[in-house]
Amino acid sequence: MKKIKYILLCVMMAFSASIYAENTEENAGHDAEAHQEEKFDAGSFIFGHIGDSYEFHITEINGHPVSVPLPIIVYSSERGWYCFSSSRVAHGHEYEGWFIAEGGSYDGKIVELNAEGEQVRPFDLSITKNVFALLLSCVILLAIFLPMANRYKKKPLGVPCTSDNIFEVVINYIEDDVIKPALGKNYLRFSPYLLTVFFFILLNNLMGLIPIFPFGANLTGNISVTLVLALFTYLITNIFGTKEYYKEIFWPEVPVFLKAPIPLMPLIEVIGTLTKPIALMIRLFANIFAGHMIILVLMALIFIFTSLMGVAVGAGVSVVSVAFSVFMYCLELLVAFIQAYVFTMLSAIFIGLSQVEHHH
Amino acid sequence: MNLFLPDSGLVVWMLIAFSLVFFVLAKFAWPSILSSIKEREEHIAESLKKADEATQALAGLELKGKEIIAQAQAQQMNLVKDTKVLTDKMIADAKLEAKKQAELIISDAQAKIQKDKENAIQEIRNEVAQLSISIAEKVLKKELSDKKAQNAYIETLLKENKSLS
Repeated sequence: MKKIKYILLCVMMAFSASIYAENTEENAGHDAEAHQEEKFDAGSFIFGHIGDSYEFHITEINGHPVSVPLPIIVYSSERGWYCFSSSRVAHGHEYEGWFIAEGGSYDGKIVELNAEGEQVRPFDLSITKNVFALLLSCVILLAIFLPMANRYKKKPLGVPCTSDNIFEVVINYIEDDVIKPALGKNYLRFSPYLLTVFFFILLNNLMGLIPIFPFGANLTGNISVTLVLALFTYLITNIFGTKEYYKEIFWPEVPVFLKAPIPLMPLIEVIGTLTKPIALMIRLFANIFAGHMIILVLMALIFIFTSLMGVAVGAGVSVVSVAFSVFMYCLELLVAFIQAYVFTMLSAIFIGLSQVEHHH
Repeated sequence: MNLFLPDSGLVVWMLIAFSLVFFVLAKFAWPSILSSIKEREEHIAESLKKADEATQALAGLELKGKEIIAQAQAQQMNLVKDTKVLTDKMIADAKLEAKKQAELIISDAQAKIQKDKENAIQEIRNEVAQLSISIAEKVLKKELSDKKAQNAYIETLLKENKSLS
């Protein structure tokens, strides 16, 4: 019974994705009409969904896009701070010198023109779709775990309720199977960070899979986000590193000529500390990015075939595409967990490696 | 491709938001959740241990109870046996005493009977002696008068005596 529910959920997700895609296709078609060229642009369709945007696009009714405008916060070095709704710069409008660039190196970003007439990027603190999803996920995380902690504080020996039990199972799993083996005796010092990272990634992975507003942002598939997460792991690894850890980096036990005049080994070791978080960053980003990409490509196939060979072929392809995207969604649900797990595990291992004690 | 380049705005927001969430959760959520889980784990382990101990103690008590019952039963059996021996002895003693008493009574009676018999014999003897003397007297008296009559008389006397005895 539960399995059937899951399958239904996945099918619903897939169909909503296809609706989502169709609407965008109409949008793209609309734009294309404006350019007197009725052709489906798969590239912009896919990257429009994977990338960031200043408004939260929901759907399109009779050619009018329905979207939630988000605040744009920019700082111009010449004119100072600006804060306005993204609806003011939508559809190529200009608001007090601000507009969204089309083409060029700042494609899709908000820019202004400087005195020479060149497009200049301001310092952009806008609440974009991704920032919105980020803030939402943070609120959800706090809303889940603070009341839970409160309940646990009040009754430490009480029987946990169903939702607490679910989280407790996951917390226990991460603690006992990931954090403890990797970190040994002083694991309690790092488990708050690792648990936060795990639930942050897991929640955002899952939120990214739900294609309806206010979810569906590709947050963990964005390199800025994974960069910051990896940076945290890097900082914690190196700030809490033991003396022995630093000795092994700057004065490793190798023949002296490898480290004395030219610090060859120390250089390699330092680069080694950097490659670890970079691998973390790219792994998470690439996995989630690729997952979203595959589902979107499957959806785009329907429209590509429709525009190339007509509606009948497109309808035939849609059956196959939806079936494949159902499969992909199931896989992505798995990947959502696995990637959160892998990021947490590798972070724990990297931190554990910096906790080396002096061995005799 | 700007997809592969970090976006400064998102990085700043991510830094702020994630640090905040991390700080708040690390300060207010994880310690109490983790310590509570640990506490509960210890509590459960301890309770299980206690239950195990209680079961063992109960088993020990059961064994002890059985032992006590067995002991009591053995004691009871011994008591019964002792009582039986005692009663048997008492009965035997009583029988012996009764026998002795009876023998004593019988011997007394016999002695008395003997004595009575002897007395009776003595009396008879005395009587016989008296009778003999009286007869002899009468005979002596008769002899003096008539010989023939004397003999007849003796005869009658003897007859009398015979009938008497």
